Amino acid sequence: MKSSIEKLAEKGFLFSALLSASITIFILSFMFLFSLPLFRGGKIVEFLRLGWNPYEGKFGVLPMMVGTVIIASFAILIATPFGIGCSALISVFSQRNFGRFLRKLVEFMTGIPTVVYSFVAIFLLVPLVREIFQKGTGMCVLSASIMLALLILPTIVLFLTDAFNSVPKNYLNAAEALGATPVQKLIYVIIPSAWKGIISGLVLAAGRAVGDTLISLMIAGNALQIPKGLSDAARTLTAHIALIIASDYESPEFKSIFVCGLILFVFTMLIVLALRLLGYFEILRER
Amino acid sequence: MRVKLNVALLISIFAFWLAGTPLVIASDLDPFLGVKGTLRIAGGTAHIPVMKEVAKRIMRMNRNIKITIAGGGSGVGIKQVGEGLVDIGDSGRKATEDEIKRYGLKMFRFAIDGIAVVVNPENPLIRMKKTEIIDIFSGKLNNWKELGWKNRETNVYTRDASSGTRKVFWKKALKKGEIAKTANFVKSHGAMKSAISRDPYGIGYISVGYLDDTVAPVSLDGVFPTLENVRKGNYKISRGLYMNTKGEPSGLTRLFIDYILSKEGQKIVAEKGFIPVR
Repeated sequence: MKSSIEKLAEKGFLFSALLSASITIFILSFMFLFSLPLFRGGKIVEFLRLGWNPYEGKFGVLPMMVGTVIIASFAILIATPFGIGCSALISVFSQRNFGRFLRKLVEFMTGIPTVVYSFVAIFLLVPLVREIFQKGTGMCVLSASIMLALLILPTIVLFLTDAFNSVPKNYLNAAEALGATPVQKLIYVIIPSAWKGIISGLVLAAGRAVGDTLISLMIAGNALQIPKGLSDAARTLTAHIALIIASDYESPEFKSIFVCGLILFVFTMLIVLALRLLGYFEILRER
Repeated sequence: MRVKLNVALLISIFAFWLAGTPLVIASDLDPFLGVKGTLRIAGGTAHIPVMKEVAKRIMRMNRNIKITIAGGGSGVGIKQVGEGLVDIGDSGRKATEDEIKRYGLKMFRFAIDGIAVVVNPENPLIRMKKTEIIDIFSGKLNNWKELGWKNRETNVYTRDASSGTRKVFWKKALKKGEIAKTANFVKSHGAMKSAISRDPYGIGYISVGYLDDTVAPVSLDGVFPTLENVRKGNYKISRGLYMNTKGEPSGLTRLFIDYILSKEGQKIVAEKGFIPVR
């Protein structure tokens, strides 16, 4: 029989679960409601097609969408190999204590505010990138991607080490008995069986990369063009919202921000969905 | 301790008042004596140096007054004062007819400011034609080589939509011409200055009050953006700096505005590199 305290606790947990779930849904519907007037009358096509030029009545957010996708993808691309390498070192290759120390260090990294990253990047990374490309300001897709990669690295590493550590011990023992080297263990045993954990780590990291504002606001340059290369300045949806939100409450600019918010929301949902599907198919294939 | 001191001060002031011998030298700060309260200011970032100095003096003299100053840009200042979020909204442009009507704004011009085109001190091209500026900002002229310097792209910096400086510069310097899509956006005067001072190939525009050694002002058709030239009207890209209130200001807001328009306040305006209006 359950005690009344247990029942109470259960109710409490249910309440917090419902609350957090309903807030997500509430935000989504709020943004949808506010951007509804812009969807009506086929105006949404203009938002996706045209560039951004308020003086000419163009409120297209396509350049920002492209900017967001490119910067976030490059960040993931840069961070993933480093993340796998780092977690492999922590949970497979290094001595117990050193591995623990490294993990603590990575945990510490999660606490660094993004404004600090951006600030450091402005002084150290941006001039370097400017001189490497010999063109542009150094505030560009590459700089922002590198800093974003640094930002999401701890998320990836923490998830991956957990995933690596949860691989059943007897798998590893079996591999060892067959004479596998640590590298072989990692590639043939650990990574295939930790697949799901890797996906969750990348999903969360991608979400962070798409959602981060300050790094792209401070070092991506915020230009209104569609970036054509790594050395081009670009503006992300988040930075766009931050730049516009201040100026007006009734202008079409301001209303278009809700579309940006909605697109951001859909972006993150798509990322989660795509990677979940990928994981799902992987499981099916294994059977 | 502080309370004790204040009490002591009050008693002594009262005593001197009774004795009828004014010991304290008359200052434009006097109206703030014995006033309590908070004052919120937001908006134009060109205003910040003056606002900060004035706030510092008032708060140092009377610790019961708290003044907060935020940036955001002229658009934010007008919007926030209109919505009642702040007491004074700073703007580097006149509020539009629409804004005045909708919010019932009162404008107080306290300084005149020039907007200077600036480049990095490494850049030798500190004399340009107005047409060249228009071409650089529109992206038509995109390499410093074309003006006789290094073979490097011109990096154009501009301000975000909320900026009054941007609106004035766009109207008076660029003749409402286009600003290139490749332009980098920065969010304040401070950010503009630090961006240009770190980028040898950058070009941007800031308030004359912000000029110092870290950036080089550019002369347009032979006229340098000096205070003297702005005052005489030789340098045409200038604007007023405004404080806006919702309706007629009262209380601390009124005192603050009066102080900035007083002799002392206008001296601060001049010290910070702007042109006083009185």
